[in-house]
Amino acid sequence: MATKPQDLDSLVGQQYRHGFVTDIDSDTVPPGLNEDVIRLISRKKGEPEFLLNWRLVAYRHWLTMREPHWAHVRYAPIDYQAISYYSAPKANTDGPKSLADVDPKLLATYEKLGVPLHERARLAGVAVDAVFDSVSVATTFKERLGEAGVIFCPFSDAVREHPALLEQYLGSVVPTTDNFYAALNSAVFTDGSFVYIPKGVRCPMELSTYFRINAAKTGQFERTLIIADEGSHVSYLEGCSAPMRDENQLHAAVVELIALRDANIKYSTVQNWYPGDENGVGGIFNFVTKRGECRGANSRISWTQVETGSAITWKYPSCVLTGENSVGEFYSVAVANNYQQADTGTKMIHIGRNTKSTIVSKGISAGHAQNSYRGLVKVLPSAEGARNYTQCDSLLMSEHCGAHTFPYVEVKNPTATVEHEATTSRIGEDQLFYCLQRGLSQEDAVNMIVSGFCKTVFKELPMEFAVEAQNLLAVSLEGAVG
Amino acid sequence: MTDTNQSELLLEIKDLAAEVQGRKVLDGLNLEVRAGEVHAIMGPNGAGKSTLAQLLAGRSTYKVTRGEVRYRGADLLSLAPEERARRGLFLGFQYPVEIPGVNNVYLLKAALNARRREQGLPEVDAFEFLGLVRDKMRLMQMDDSFLSRGVNEGFSGGEKKRNEILQMTVLEPTLAILDETDSGLDIDALKVVANGVNSLKRADRAIVLVTHYQRLLEHIIPDRVHVLAAGRILKSGDKSLALELERRGYDWVRHEASAA
Repeated sequence: MATKPQDLDSLVGQQYRHGFVTDIDSDTVPPGLNEDVIRLISRKKGEPEFLLNWRLVAYRHWLTMREPHWAHVRYAPIDYQAISYYSAPKANTDGPKSLADVDPKLLATYEKLGVPLHERARLAGVAVDAVFDSVSVATTFKERLGEAGVIFCPFSDAVREHPALLEQYLGSVVPTTDNFYAALNSAVFTDGSFVYIPKGVRCPMELSTYFRINAAKTGQFERTLIIADEGSHVSYLEGCSAPMRDENQLHAAVVELIALRDANIKYSTVQNWYPGDENGVGGIFNFVTKRGECRGANSRISWTQVETGSAITWKYPSCVLTGENSVGEFYSVAVANNYQQADTGTKMIHIGRNTKSTIVSKGISAGHAQNSYRGLVKVLPSAEGARNYTQCDSLLMSEHCGAHTFPYVEVKNPTATVEHEATTSRIGEDQLFYCLQRGLSQEDAVNMIVSGFCKTVFKELPMEFAVEAQNLLAVSLEGAVG
Repeated sequence: MTDTNQSELLLEIKDLAAEVQGRKVLDGLNLEVRAGEVHAIMGPNGAGKSTLAQLLAGRSTYKVTRGEVRYRGADLLSLAPEERARRGLFLGFQYPVEIPGVNNVYLLKAALNARRREQGLPEVDAFEFLGLVRDKMRLMQMDDSFLSRGVNEGFSGGEKKRNEILQMTVLEPTLAILDETDSGLDIDALKVVANGVNSLKRADRAIVLVTHYQRLLEHIIPDRVHVLAAGRILKSGDKSLALELERRGYDWVRHEASAA
């Protein structure tokens, strides 16, 4: 029999391309978590007293909390005492000075990941903060951004150089007590990026942070804080990857965005943590709290995420719409293949008058994966004239995968308008055959169909990264054809 | 017809039998199509006409149980569907599928370049391609908005069929199989589609029309007409056979065949 059946399952195998390990001497604290470890981290970072106390308060609260289990994901219990909470490449324990001081092995690592740190290199219009395990190893274009008054630096530097801004804004959107993982992060966070855009400034370039987990048996707990002062604009992108390992590694980050009056923050994520192998062994547990507050009138926060990696994703980038006429947006493509589990979505909290939110979620499930959209649209009594539009589409690519939608709507103001649309479809053998009959290869056909499905989200990404995201999607769904 | 016997034998089907989920759909089908010819395959509903078209294009739903198919001398059934397409076999679908978010032009350019690579020709760039496709769109009386729309997305039945023929005129296949291209078309659209097909008639190309009705054959004149029923070709003739079928239906062909 010559006409071979085209098994869609065989098209969606996965090859992880960023799974290498950099062989570098690290300063890693022994596994375990207690107040001494937190004091040690704080001391290593040369933190002021208020921050140490803030961490300890978070830690003590965390001890009273229980791991959340309401998400549609399953995993073996995490032993929080088996994780090392601090690991830094040795040469860098004092923080990077200039690119010339950065270990060539680290530069080579980022080069290999497609994120060259030399300022003349490919991403000419993009400033990069490179975070390796627990520390930032390099930040590019600092001077040029400085001329515009923009602060873009490792979180550790911000602690020393801008303590007043930090004290004012840190934890003001995601309090230390917010949830189990946010509390843990608040206690042990090590580095991350800090951004401040002054009044009326349009940030002259894209800002981006590339997170890399390298050391084994560690967790990455970074913290990002972006403050857009009145009338300012910024577009920020984060990328991430990790080596292939058989054990699960925990990534529990917190991202806080604050948009003041008339400010505009666009936050894009291309998440490519190691997803585990085709049998579901290994991979990153990505338990992340991301929230932005449109604090001022007419402000806007837009989240765009392309989630292809991680064994488990638990993340709900949200907007608190406090300012009048403020706008929150969430555009998401979440791909789950093999035994990956994704439970992701957003919360839009309407507080101010005439606030608007848009949610577009595209979930793609393949192999034995489970992909859930979970979203909350909450309109408070004060949110006169609030509007929300939600669109949730799921694409199934195999017989064994699942797509689930959990939309929650709470409306406390009768003038609000809330719309929800949802579809679930199977990638059509008909669509695939149509493309093959026009001469496309199976891989190209699958990519084309999936890209078409994701189009409304991809067009929200900054141009440089839209191509990257499309390629990543292709890799995530690539398989041995023929 | 004698001169065409000298031309290349493009498609040769010998004693083809196939089934889908254990049910026989083709049973001992023979057919020869030479370059330069237009064939019409007619027959009652459920006779296996669409099965034949889809099977030739490589649809995996059908299991071949007997016989062979040669396309330009090669074993067609051993080729993957995309291989068949790149070698110039085109299927105009009876029900063209919608692919949301994928631009018409994007798919068509990828298709053309896949074919050109196979032919050892350089790929066309976006600019050349746009010029080419605009010419063909004029022929098919399609307006520019088509360029920015998704593949068959929100198209009416007639627009979908027109799009199939547009794709065919761009891809310039060696063997075009058009499955019920006339169904769902009003008379004006039928003429446009027929013009598109006629514009492709050439000495080195063959066209196989799968149809229920004689009316398409008033606009595209076939060299050979075949009656497919019960999974095989029961009768073949020239264009007058189509007229006779229109007048008398299909039953007499079946009786004649079972008597023989």
